[in-house]
Amino acid sequence: MNEWNWAGDGTVMLVGLLSACACALPGNYLVLRKMSLMGDAISHAVLPGLAIAFLLSHSREPLPMFIGAVAAGGLTALLTQAVHRFGKVEEGAAMGVIFSILFAAGLILIRQATDHVDLDPGCVLYGNIENIALIARIGDIPSAVINLAIVFVINILFVALFYKELKICAFDPALATTLGINANLMHYALMIIVAVTTVASFEAVGSILVIAMLIVPPVTAHLLTDRLWVMIPLSLLIAAATAVLGRVLVVFGPGWAGVDVSTNTAALMAVLAGLFLFAALFLAPEHGLISRSYHRLSLSLQIIREDILGLLYRWQELDVRRTHPAHRGDVLTAVGDSLISRWALRSLLRRRQIEVEPSKKPGDDPQFRLSEKGMSAASRLVRSHRLWESYLEKHFDLPLDHLHMPAERVEHFITSEMRDELEADLTEPGRDPHGREIPGENRA
Amino acid sequence: MANGSITDNTLEWPSWTEVADALSLSDYNTMIVVLGTTLLGIAAGVVGTFAYLRKRAMVGDALSHATLPGIVIMFMLVGDKHLPALLFGAAVTGILGVLSVIGLRSFSRIKEDAAIGIVLSVFFGAGMVLVSFAQQMDMGSQSGLDRFIYGKAAGMIKQDAVFISVTATVVLLGVILFFKELRIICFDQQFAAAQGWPVVLIDLVMMGLVVLTTVVGLQAVGLILVVALLIIPAAAARFWTDELRGMTIIAGLLGALSGYFGSTFSALLPRLPTGAVIVICAGFFFFLSMFFAPRRGIFANLVRRYSLSRKIAYQNLLRALAEMEEQFGEGVRVPFDTLLAHRSWTSARLRRLLKLASRRHEVAIDTAYKSGLTRSGRTEAVRILRNHRLWEMYLIKHADIAPSHVDRDADQVEHILSPEIVHELERALEHERQIPPSPHLQEPAL
Repeated sequence: MNEWNWAGDGTVMLVGLLSACACALPGNYLVLRKMSLMGDAISHAVLPGLAIAFLLSHSREPLPMFIGAVAAGGLTALLTQAVHRFGKVEEGAAMGVIFSILFAAGLILIRQATDHVDLDPGCVLYGNIENIALIARIGDIPSAVINLAIVFVINILFVALFYKELKICAFDPALATTLGINANLMHYALMIIVAVTTVASFEAVGSILVIAMLIVPPVTAHLLTDRLWVMIPLSLLIAAATAVLGRVLVVFGPGWAGVDVSTNTAALMAVLAGLFLFAALFLAPEHGLISRSYHRLSLSLQIIREDILGLLYRWQELDVRRTHPAHRGDVLTAVGDSLISRWALRSLLRRRQIEVEPSKKPGDDPQFRLSEKGMSAASRLVRSHRLWESYLEKHFDLPLDHLHMPAERVEHFITSEMRDELEADLTEPGRDPHGREIPGENRA
Repeated sequence: MANGSITDNTLEWPSWTEVADALSLSDYNTMIVVLGTTLLGIAAGVVGTFAYLRKRAMVGDALSHATLPGIVIMFMLVGDKHLPALLFGAAVTGILGVLSVIGLRSFSRIKEDAAIGIVLSVFFGAGMVLVSFAQQMDMGSQSGLDRFIYGKAAGMIKQDAVFISVTATVVLLGVILFFKELRIICFDQQFAAAQGWPVVLIDLVMMGLVVLTTVVGLQAVGLILVVALLIIPAAAARFWTDELRGMTIIAGLLGALSGYFGSTFSALLPRLPTGAVIVICAGFFFFLSMFFAPRRGIFANLVRRYSLSRKIAYQNLLRALAEMEEQFGEGVRVPFDTLLAHRSWTSARLRRLLKLASRRHEVAIDTAYKSGLTRSGRTEAVRILRNHRLWEMYLIKHADIAPSHVDRDADQVEHILSPEIVHELERALEHERQIPPSPHLQEPAL
């Protein structure tokens, strides 16, 4: 089993790749339109369509199967809408009601169908990617490859031709309607494309794993980018990677791990897709958990650093005769003693914005002063704070004791241009409402 | 099926005596199974009510699919004999699945629907990978696992049924005990939090009850369809009542009926997956409720809408005649075509309305098909016209709407003005006269 065989493994990989990519394309729009569960519902609900087509045509020819599945897919979308609208049932629940009833009906019908032709109900759930790659050939190429390739091309054409329409409908259906695009029609067209894709992938990956193919690669891509035209190719790339890596792992994995087991390629693809998503969840450049917590941490570090600078500025402003030095303990108490405030203090020392005053007794708590560099940063901050207080007082009629808190929050985000504007707006730019001096602009 | 040939696997329809036997629970084994699924149906309906009202119904879908890896792991560890152990594994990964949905939703930009789809498919995929391992470990057949996927109530033994019954009872007791708490977070979570209720804890209790029900339902209904048992009876019960206690009871009842009929039918037709049969039963009750429920059902709605639109059309006819009398004098006979041109209505509709009015003796129609108000018709018509005018005046005077724009508004409102509102309007407008004049006649000519 540890030999790669292009005829066998290559075909299985190709089937996996085609179905994953074919699913990921419409999946992008399902995810963006917050209709991921519609993919779930349709993939379950095509079952009775397949079974009825099967019972009527007594064959597994692709055409009747496709017609049956498309009808069932469309029916699911319609029935869900009907139950939601006429029965006033919440949309998610309406979906749950309809797809579970249809799936149950499908299971019962399939029992009947299996009496005539071999349609394995187990196959419905798990698919049988290993077998379908080998059986049912048309000439030299397995028919599954041909079917999936056709569907993939249809999906590419659909997305390419209606790119603009799909995009507008995904983000703003109301705008789409005012622009003369029939959002309803696009909705049902998308549902039918999803149904067709689901059916084509059904044999390979089964009705539940197809949801992983529809949703997980697009969600992963969405974590990595904010642009639709990047998201779609990215989702295709991720889908392809799960297929290639999935088959490679099935073939070589047991050898690497030193055990003698084999597994289902499609299921492994779903797990891999999940792992990719998990990785993106943490590592994505902008929306990843790591980068988001880094940004949050560095922002709060910056805020505490500036709070300390502001504190020392006011301290030195009041303590003109320098009789009350600012001890380390006092500073930490004032900004809230925590790991991050200690860290901020260290980073200020490292940046030479504050300096330690030589203390009288050795072993005493160190005393801090602003350095020249720290003084200019601190005066900018205090200037922002006091200008903002004056501005609030002038325009919002706030009482004096309500000015500090809002200014305390905003002071960190006021740029020098804004300070100039604020100053120009004030009648008495030298003093804040509490009567304290507003330091002049210190252009570093 | 044991004495049939291998190729003969058509459905065997049971005889009527078998049906009667099964429905009356005369067979001991059947009784055990039916009792178990019926209790399960009650528990699922009751718990589902809360999940449904909190719009958490589809989270149950992620939960049930996420139980597969847990079942398989326990299956590999202890074999398929120990149901509680398997269900424990199911509960662990199921809870993990729910937590993943919540985590994805709250700590990333992923929306709830996508989070549900991700969890259910990836966990299920992981379960399938484990299943393929389990198959190669010579653990006996996979059929032990199949019953969790499709449900196989007929394969239940007595202990299983007892286990289900006990759990269902615990769930029901939980709901009764925490009824007030569950109710408050279903309807107004912010209010509950502001009142000092431990909202997160109550939420956890609710999800715990959902997990218990789902896990116990696995064997009977199967993991794909167990969510249906949570959603469908609750959604069906919503059609019958606007009150939580009643809805809970009805949902439990519908769940019980689905479980009872589903498991009896599947005992009679052992080749059909139990889960599917139970869900079809539940679906039957759902559609029954959706169409025929007395107040919220579709038919009741249609009837209400039809009678309202007929009442409005009828009042429009009377007002039209009253306006004619105002213009041409009391007792005027209006030709059909004049009346037809007065409003935008079809001649068929107008004919029907006239027929109705003459049956009620409010309009008299002569042989030339000219119509006029009778004495009793006039009283009603004047009342409607007066309501219309009062509302027009009110809009002009107090809402500053141009006289040319008030007719349409008044046209919609006149039918539903209660006597109290009319009284208030009279006071607000200080209008002594019987009918205010039409504002459209007072418009300055251009």
